Amino acid sequence: MDFSALRNLISRYCAGEENWVDSRTVYIGHKEPPPGAEAYIPQRFPDNRIVSSKYTFWNFVPKNLFEQFRRIANFYFLIIFLVQLIIDTPTSPITSGLPLFFVITVTAIKQGYEDWLRHKADNSINQCPVHIIQHGKVVRKQSRKLRVGDVVRVKEDETFPCDLILLSSSRDDGTCFVTTASLDGESSHKTYYAVQDTKAFNTEEEVDTLHATIECEQPQPDLYKFVGRINIYLDRDEPIARPLGSENLLLRGATLKNTECIYAVAIYTGMETKMALNYQSKSQKRSAVEKSMNAYLIVYLCILISKALINTVLKYVWQADPNRDEPWYNEKTETERQRHILIRAFTDFLAFMVLFNYIIPVSMYVTVEMQKFLGSYFITWDDEMFDEELGEGALVNTSDLNEELGQVEYVFTDKTGTLTENNMEFIECCVDGHVYVPHAICNGQIMPGAASMDMIDSSPGPGGREHEELFFRALCLCHTVQVKEEETVDGIKRGIHQGKATSVYISSSPDEVALVEGMKRLGFTYLRLKDSHMEIQNRDDEIERFELLEVLNFDSVRRRMSVIVKSSTGEYYLFCKGADSAVFPRVISGKVEQVRARVEHNAVEGLRTLCVAYKKLSPAEYEEVCHQLSSAKLALQDREKKLAEAYDSIERDFILLGATAVEDRLQDKAADTIESLHKAGMKVWVLTGDKMETAAATCYASKLFRRNTQILELTTKRTEEQNLHDVLFDLSRTVLRQHGSMTRETLSGLSNEYHDYGLIIDGATLSAVLKPSQEGSGGNYKEIFLEICRNCSAVLCCRMAPLQKAQIVKLIKASKEHPITLAIGDGANDVSMILEAHVGIGIMGKEGRQAARNSDYAIPKFKHLKKMLLVHGHYYYIRISELVQYFFYKNVCFIFPQFLYQFFCGFSQQPLYDTAYLTLYNISFTSLPILLYSLMEQHINMDILKRDPSLYRDIAKNSLLRWPIFIYWTFLGVFDAVVFFFGAFFLFDNTTFTSNGQLMTTNTQMMFGNWTFGTLVFTVLVFTVTLKLALDTHYWTWINHFVIWGSLLFYIIFSLLWGGIIWPFLNYQRMYYVFMQMLSSGPAWLSIILLVVVSLLPDVVKKVLCRALWPTTTERIQRRKANMNFERVVTFSHDSLLDGVQSTSQA
Amino acid sequence: MMASSYSAKEEDGHHPGASGAGGAAANGRKPDNTAFKQQRLPAWQPILTAGTVLPAFFAIGLIFIPIGIGLYVTSNNIKEFEIDYTGTDTSSPCFSCYQNFSWNSTLPCKCSLPFSLDQPFESNVFMYYGLSNFYQNHRRYVKSRDDSHLNGNLYSLTHPSKECEPYAHRDNVPVAPCGAIANSMFNDTMELFFVHPNETRSQIPLKRKGIAWWTDKHVKFRNPGGNGDNLTAAFQGTTYPVNWHKPVYELDADPENNGFINEDFIVWMRTAALPTFRKLYRIIEKKSSMTPTLPSGNYTLEVTYNYPVHSFDGRKRMILSTISWMGGKNPFLGIAYITVGSVCFFLGVVLLLIHHKYGNRSSSPDIAS
Repeated sequence: MDFSALRNLISRYCAGEENWVDSRTVYIGHKEPPPGAEAYIPQRFPDNRIVSSKYTFWNFVPKNLFEQFRRIANFYFLIIFLVQLIIDTPTSPITSGLPLFFVITVTAIKQGYEDWLRHKADNSINQCPVHIIQHGKVVRKQSRKLRVGDVVRVKEDETFPCDLILLSSSRDDGTCFVTTASLDGESSHKTYYAVQDTKAFNTEEEVDTLHATIECEQPQPDLYKFVGRINIYLDRDEPIARPLGSENLLLRGATLKNTECIYAVAIYTGMETKMALNYQSKSQKRSAVEKSMNAYLIVYLCILISKALINTVLKYVWQADPNRDEPWYNEKTETERQRHILIRAFTDFLAFMVLFNYIIPVSMYVTVEMQKFLGSYFITWDDEMFDEELGEGALVNTSDLNEELGQVEYVFTDKTGTLTENNMEFIECCVDGHVYVPHAICNGQIMPGAASMDMIDSSPGPGGREHEELFFRALCLCHTVQVKEEETVDGIKRGIHQGKATSVYISSSPDEVALVEGMKRLGFTYLRLKDSHMEIQNRDDEIERFELLEVLNFDSVRRRMSVIVKSSTGEYYLFCKGADSAVFPRVISGKVEQVRARVEHNAVEGLRTLCVAYKKLSPAEYEEVCHQLSSAKLALQDREKKLAEAYDSIERDFILLGATAVEDRLQDKAADTIESLHKAGMKVWVLTGDKMETAAATCYASKLFRRNTQILELTTKRTEEQNLHDVLFDLSRTVLRQHGSMTRETLSGLSNEYHDYGLIIDGATLSAVLKPSQEGSGGNYKEIFLEICRNCSAVLCCRMAPLQKAQIVKLIKASKEHPITLAIGDGANDVSMILEAHVGIGIMGKEGRQAARNSDYAIPKFKHLKKMLLVHGHYYYIRISELVQYFFYKNVCFIFPQFLYQFFCGFSQQPLYDTAYLTLYNISFTSLPILLYSLMEQHINMDILKRDPSLYRDIAKNSLLRWPIFIYWTFLGVFDAVVFFFGAFFLFDNTTFTSNGQLMTTNTQMMFGNWTFGTLVFTVLVFTVTLKLALDTHYWTWINHFVIWGSLLFYIIFSLLWGGIIWPFLNYQRMYYVFMQMLSSGPAWLSIILLVVVSLLPDVVKKVLCRALWPTTTERIQRRKANMNFERVVTFSHDSLLDGVQSTSQA
Repeated sequence: MMASSYSAKEEDGHHPGASGAGGAAANGRKPDNTAFKQQRLPAWQPILTAGTVLPAFFAIGLIFIPIGIGLYVTSNNIKEFEIDYTGTDTSSPCFSCYQNFSWNSTLPCKCSLPFSLDQPFESNVFMYYGLSNFYQNHRRYVKSRDDSHLNGNLYSLTHPSKECEPYAHRDNVPVAPCGAIANSMFNDTMELFFVHPNETRSQIPLKRKGIAWWTDKHVKFRNPGGNGDNLTAAFQGTTYPVNWHKPVYELDADPENNGFINEDFIVWMRTAALPTFRKLYRIIEKKSSMTPTLPSGNYTLEVTYNYPVHSFDGRKRMILSTISWMGGKNPFLGIAYITVGSVCFFLGVVLLLIHHKYGNRSSSPDIAS
């Protein structure tokens, strides 16, 4: 990446300064333009090599190491390791080097393997053949040798090797069809167009004669934006300039469909293609747990440093007496003596640091990473989140945020496609106030209340009839739907056999499909677009043809689209359809009032409404329009803006025809899910681009607003009446008063039934609220708004632009409580908020895969969010919080005895434990039980979690990682460490702690040394921390049993082995037979049992007392369940003996 | 012990719509339906409540208190006698040795300490020497040894490890055994005499073998060149440590207890855990079942005072002790067991009260939120 950017930079400089900073010129076929045109300046562009790999063979080791040691934890361990290597430290460098080496190697292997896969993928892409036209012939080349300006031939089902401008296609109209499934996941076919003047060049020879240059902008990552201009030199005349837009640009990665072959010219190659520019990884999101973990780490680092400092100071105080510093039996070497005192003190400090450095374990990072990585498989495996229809389950794109799912406080959801199915069904249309309902629906369903409405099938008079037909035609013409005939079977098109019925409409917008299909049911069938003529079959089975002149595409700012067509009678029509707010202001005549009433009625019903309007254009007007459009399209700079202006001036003075209503059904269990989220204490916000009434209706349907919800409106309508300032203060007063009285009520315990608030705000008002105003009071608006929102259980934001969605999320994120936010959406317009929120969830919807690709987690349906948060999020949170706390606890237990030992060994940094124990404690003796715990633990059954969402509140606000709990764990660790150390101390001190293998023969009375002392402490330690985890485990599967008892067994076996052999490669044999001798001593056994019991006792007592006196909801439920099960078992054993085995196992 | 619920959940009856349309299920991404992947493995779900922990507490109390009493009684039955012979006190017979110690003196300083045992020591008696304020666990000291050297490796014998510095070479001749631990080996000799009522003294036989770990003596410590008789030759080219008076191959006359496998040496080489420690010196074996090993009466301890502790304020002691099945005298373990047992019992009672008072409340179903 870096290299290509550099290369790009260099190439720009080489090209000369006057040669564009922001645009480039491409010579098609590398042919010089005729003289008179601009001078031919060959520019240098990168070749078509795609480099997605990070490393090369040569730089892998240094670069990878550099990247790994940029992580602060790895760097810390590296420093410790280096200190151990350089100075004389108590523990061998192996103890920290080996784990570090292990971690680094595993990571390097993983990254290396991934990079190797990328290399392979790159190679296969870079070497795949492409066909290039040279001198009128087709030449095969490797893809990476493709250069900018080459003319490429692509056949059907081939993918484009780089970004191309379509010159001509085998289809007569110069179009081709493309799927961009691998780019953005949208599998629908999209049409791309060749410039009219080049579409005739559709053989190799002809293409070779084409003389043209393309000027276009420098590559930029936006997939849907492109501006350029093609200059065609037909004769010696002035070149013909034609605009190029994204409809001419074929993107690398897309696939050619339904088109035999095309010719196109390469304009962006290699790393400059839009696909490559979009490779940029997403910004790293960090979870709240990780932040707490880092805070704890800092605390422990301080503890570590202060421990080392205390010991260093005490050491020198103690050593002030030379007979202590250097008694006759323990002299220093000459070099040690000559060292300066400061150097010695510093070395001692470092040595203490090394001795105690295990308090911050490498393995914690590894375990946390593994827990996250492996744990996320449970999400993908989850059968309940598998969608039969889609054939897909949940997807995990980042496993870093698993536990964050259990901490969500704000849920921002999109409406269309997320709460609703995005499966549109045409319900009715209204022409001049007369309502039409397609028969299919009318017959299929009983429509209560509909009978009273004016359901008119008969003609409402000649004038009406004309309008009606115009309305239907408008809907048949004003869209971008494509007709796809069914796949050919055995060479025969089935579509022909069975009439037109089997042809399928495809569009990127499901509304359009619903409308066109609705029209079909009302008698007007859109057949196809052929030779830029749209064919429709009217009620009398006649085929009408309209020439499609211009399409003014839909965009989310204008919220409408238009087409200009020429009827067979030669009249020019402009048809427009769009949101009511986008159309009504531009209407000059028509039955506006009736239509508006109907639209509002439908919107309240939760239907999506569109208004249709038209205007007739005279040929002169059409010319004018054409001119405006083409000049805007030709602009190289600010084309977007100019186009918008052009559209604005064209789309006005309409005559209103009518309105349509399309139903977007709520997703399965959407209401249930929202209700659960509410109960779980989350605030749900709906952010939608839809209009207020529709959105509000959906909110009611999905139980976001309930009957007793008091709706606060903060909309343009209201702010027009009062000014924004007053409205805000009004609302906040209402809310706060309620809030105050509520707390009083709950205090007095009179009532817990308070009605909640729902807020509706629209995009315009929102931007007014957020706008930093000059008076200085503007800052307050934001605060007041947040205050209001905080007291509303549900907020609906309608009429939102995509970027505003992200703004809202950002606003809440930055508010003073810093709540955890979750954004869920399905479309490209939700991507910004998905990326902004702490957790982004994509729905694998109908609007393509963009949201799912950019999300952290992707689920098939909205209802799966419930399980995702309430079950998986909850589990992961309790799992990881226990993991983090336990890890710190067990390392306090591990290291604190070493600290205490320094007071008894003259602060000489003598380690208490053997090197093997120091190394393996975190790696193997105590690692697996906690890892498996953190993968398997279920403190409450998942069915209960789902049934009782309020349990989610138990863990809200990172409650298991608060400081008091952390301090409790740390003190527990210190207590245990003190018990281990002084327990062993009193057994050794001043008494003959002896082994007694054979009771009767007295010749085995031996003394134990310091290594036995350490081994005793270590044995107690391993047993205690493992049993502590066993006490915390609430869900004992066979795996937990296996791992917990297995690691204890492993410790014993390892110790027996480690002490059982004279290890030839070691230069010390201090552990030889130490463990066996210890085990052969009765008091050792007794003291191990005693010390384990004593260290576990306080925790058990604390648990029992807390459970009895101040039970949490979780604990109550566990209790109730246990009782229920117990009762069941009892009844079983009473009733029948069938369950005999189970009940006896209970007894 | 714990209220538990074995919820062997229906392993695969829990998946709504799992087997719907067969056609859609043909898709390859459909997750498997195993209990593990669905996190529905059958599990034992114990919970710690007052009710369930109660029996455990009482059990611990009931088990620990008798054990503790047993340990305490056993420990009290062990007879132990300790005498400090450092000689710091002017009245002590060893005072002159303590005062006039010099490394160069060739004449051994001897002193004898009379003492009397009030009670007879019945079974085998173990004789220990005890040192205090002696940091055998100092890091510099602990690592100052060469295990392969001590294991009889011929190369290491003449090339002692760097860890042994500054006790590795003496005048460029390798030291055997090298290192600070070996160098500072305890070299007082003690002899015990029984003073008969008629003032005649009879020496009590002290067994000098069998005081080290069997594995240490037979595996970990080996003389160089096998266990040939000619130890003098085996240690050719080495010299003895600077604070020793004689080479390592003259530690004992018995070839089975000489050189590196001298048991006094092996015992010393096992570094003590704490700065106050005792090490086994000799064993006084019981001769017949009729007479006690050490009858009550007067004794004299004859000490050859070689080991200086003056400089670091150390103390030297001689301890005589019998042992029991649980080792030497150790009241701590018994007391600890009794204490923990009583605490558990007490907690059990407290928990019983709590269980009685709150147990029913918290388990009543109407408390549910």
